[in-house]
Order: sequence, then C-alpha cells, then structure tokens
Amino acid sequence: MSIQKKSNWELLKNGMFGENTIFRMAISLCPSIAVTNGMKNGMALGIAVMFVQTMVNGTVSLMRNFIHPKIRIPIFMLIIAGYVTIIDLLMATYARPIYKEIGLYIQIIVAFASIFARAEVFANKNKVFPSLVDGFGMGLGFLLAMLVISFFRELLGKGELFGYSLISGNPLLIMILPTGGFLAVGLLMGFFNWIDMRFYGGKGASGV
Amino acid sequence: MDFVKLFELVVSSALINNFVFTMFLGLCIFFGVSKKMETAVGMSITFTAVMVVSAALSWVVYQFIMIPLDLTFLKIIIFIGIVAAFVQSADTIMKKVSPSLYYKLGVYLALITTNCIIIAVPLKNAGEHYNFFESMAFALGSGIGFGLALIIMASIREKLEVADVPAPFRGLPISFIIAGLIALAFTGFSGLITL
Repeated sequence: MSIQKKSNWELLKNGMFGENTIFRMAISLCPSIAVTNGMKNGMALGIAVMFVQTMVNGTVSLMRNFIHPKIRIPIFMLIIAGYVTIIDLLMATYARPIYKEIGLYIQIIVAFASIFARAEVFANKNKVFPSLVDGFGMGLGFLLAMLVISFFRELLGKGELFGYSLISGNPLLIMILPTGGFLAVGLLMGFFNWIDMRFYGGKGASGV
Repeated sequence: MDFVKLFELVVSSALINNFVFTMFLGLCIFFGVSKKMETAVGMSITFTAVMVVSAALSWVVYQFIMIPLDLTFLKIIIFIGIVAAFVQSADTIMKKVSPSLYYKLGVYLALITTNCIIIAVPLKNAGEHYNFFESMAFALGSGIGFGLALIIMASIREKLEVADVPAPFRGLPISFIIAGLIALAFTGFSGLITL
C-alpha cells in the first residue's frame, strides 16, 4: 500500500466496517470469544485494544524514518509491549475486579496480529495524524465487534446486559459456555457475510 | 520430584484446560493452519518444540534475573523478547544446519511469534509460581493440547471441503461453529483431574 489518499472519515469507516478486525479480517480472534461472556468485560478489553492500537500507530508513525527496515519487527514488538504494559498496570490498579477476570487477555494483546499488522501496513508508511485516525478506527471496529458479540452472549446466556437482569426465565446456558462463544462468532460472521453478499455484492470475509 | 503431579499437569493442560477450547488462545493460528492435515501436523510439532524451549528459557530468566533485580513488572516485554529472539535464532540455525527440515517447518516457525499461546504459557508459569519441571510439564501439555485440537480440526475440515455449506457460511464461519461443537465435547473432560 502506498501513501494513503483517503480522507480521515474514510479511514475511520474503513477500520470500523470495511476491514473490521474480527468479522472481516478474521484476526485477533482469541479475545472475541474469551472475554465476550459479558458486555462489561468485552467493553474493557475493547477499550484497552483501542488505546494500544492508537498509541502504537502514532508511535510507529513518528519513528518511521528512524527504524531500519531490517530490525523493524522486534522494534514494533517492543513498542507494542510497552503500551500493553502501561494498560496492564493501569487496569490492575484502577479496575481491579475486571482485571481479575480478563487480566491474562490484557497481557495477550501483545501478540495481537491486528495491532502488528496495522503498524506494519499503515503506520510505517503514513504521517502521524492519519495513522492515529487509522489506529482509532481499527480499535473502534474491534470494540464494536466485541460489543455485538457480548451483547448476544450475555443477553441469551444470562438474560442480563451489563449485569442488569432483563429477561426472566431460563436462559440458554450454552451461550456463556466456551461453545457459545464459537457459535456466536460463527453465526454473526455468517450473518455479516450474508449482508455483504446480498446488499453489496461482496465475496464474504477475506479470512482463511 | 513428584512424577504423578507432573503427569497430572500434562493431562490437565492438554485436555481439561485445553488452550484452544477452554481458554481460546491461539485461535488465529488454529483457524489459519487447520485446513490441511499435513500443515496441521507440521505446525503441532514445531509449536510443541518451540513452546517447551521458550518456556524453559523464560523460566530461567524470570527466576534468576527478573526476580533478583525486581523487574517482574516488565515480564510482558521480556517474555515477548525472549520468544521472538528464540524463534528468530531457531529459524537461522535450522536454515544452516538442516535445510530439509527448514523447508518443511520453517513457514510455521515464522507464524509462531503471533501465536498468543506462546506468550501465555510463560506468563502463566510466572503467575502460578511453577518450579522448573512443572513449567516444562505445563508447556508440554499445552503444546500437545494445541496439536490435538489442530489435528482434530484439520481432519474435519478436510471432509468439509466437499460438503454443501450455505454460501455465507463457507470458510471461517462454519469452522467456528464446528470448533464450538468440539469445545462442547471438550467440556466433558472437566473434572477428570482436580489439581
């Protein structure tokens, strides 16, 4: 990809829908299942990823003229790991109850393909502001995907949203079990593929 | 040394706490390379080997460098550095020493750094304060569990190639649903061993 000519709004939209991390690109899937059994957890991780993605894109873009191409991979890794440590320690201090549940997954952000991919594909070749916008858009897309998945899982699995009870009666326990995560992502991905094919003439997710 | 405990640790990390089906780590690789049996087997072998060695390396660094120097808050950076450095050097050494093996497994080696399991295992070892042999057993079990998941998935997906799947569900979505069903089967293992 050469220098981007897209406007900022297009960049934002691209991150949120066109190249949505989970439903379109199908990378960084681990947390989409692991922490989406409740909307609170899903939102916390989504925000953490958004922060890391934006900051990493900005930093890489700032340093893009100083990084030797041969050693860029370890350097990107270190930049990502630095920001992940920041968010990890912040969450451990200020959001203790949530951190206890999703702490491991916060630390795992360091191995996210999506963050690395944006640093490599976009931020490494573009100016600082578009990179920040791009990172923010990608993060927002991730957050949206997490919210959509956890919305269905929590509503169907517990009859609650954000911990508030909405539906009485027997919930579908399977939706908050591991199985439900895979099923929810599979069905939603199929649904978005269908929309894409039916209304936009696309070919479905570019995944593997 | 308690061999029964080590064996239990291997079995529990391979089956009960299988990384793919109960902790949902390494999914990118899991869906990425489970298309063909051959790649699945190659990936599992490479992965288990890298996992055990990098867990050993990070255990040594954690116990003898990071704890004495009070650097444990840097564990994310240091572990990812160790893994990346080890994978890179294994890649170079394998290319030089055994080109045929490199030709077969080198591709997977490059992919491994982006696998979340590889960083999750040292982090968990550090968090649970495992001793050296327990860390090894945990790493080995996790590697075997990941390999098992990959091979089960690959054998199903090879059959799926000829199945009549609705168009929007072709490829990834149907694989997710299958993984969900396998995960359901794996919940049957819970309670097999209580550590």
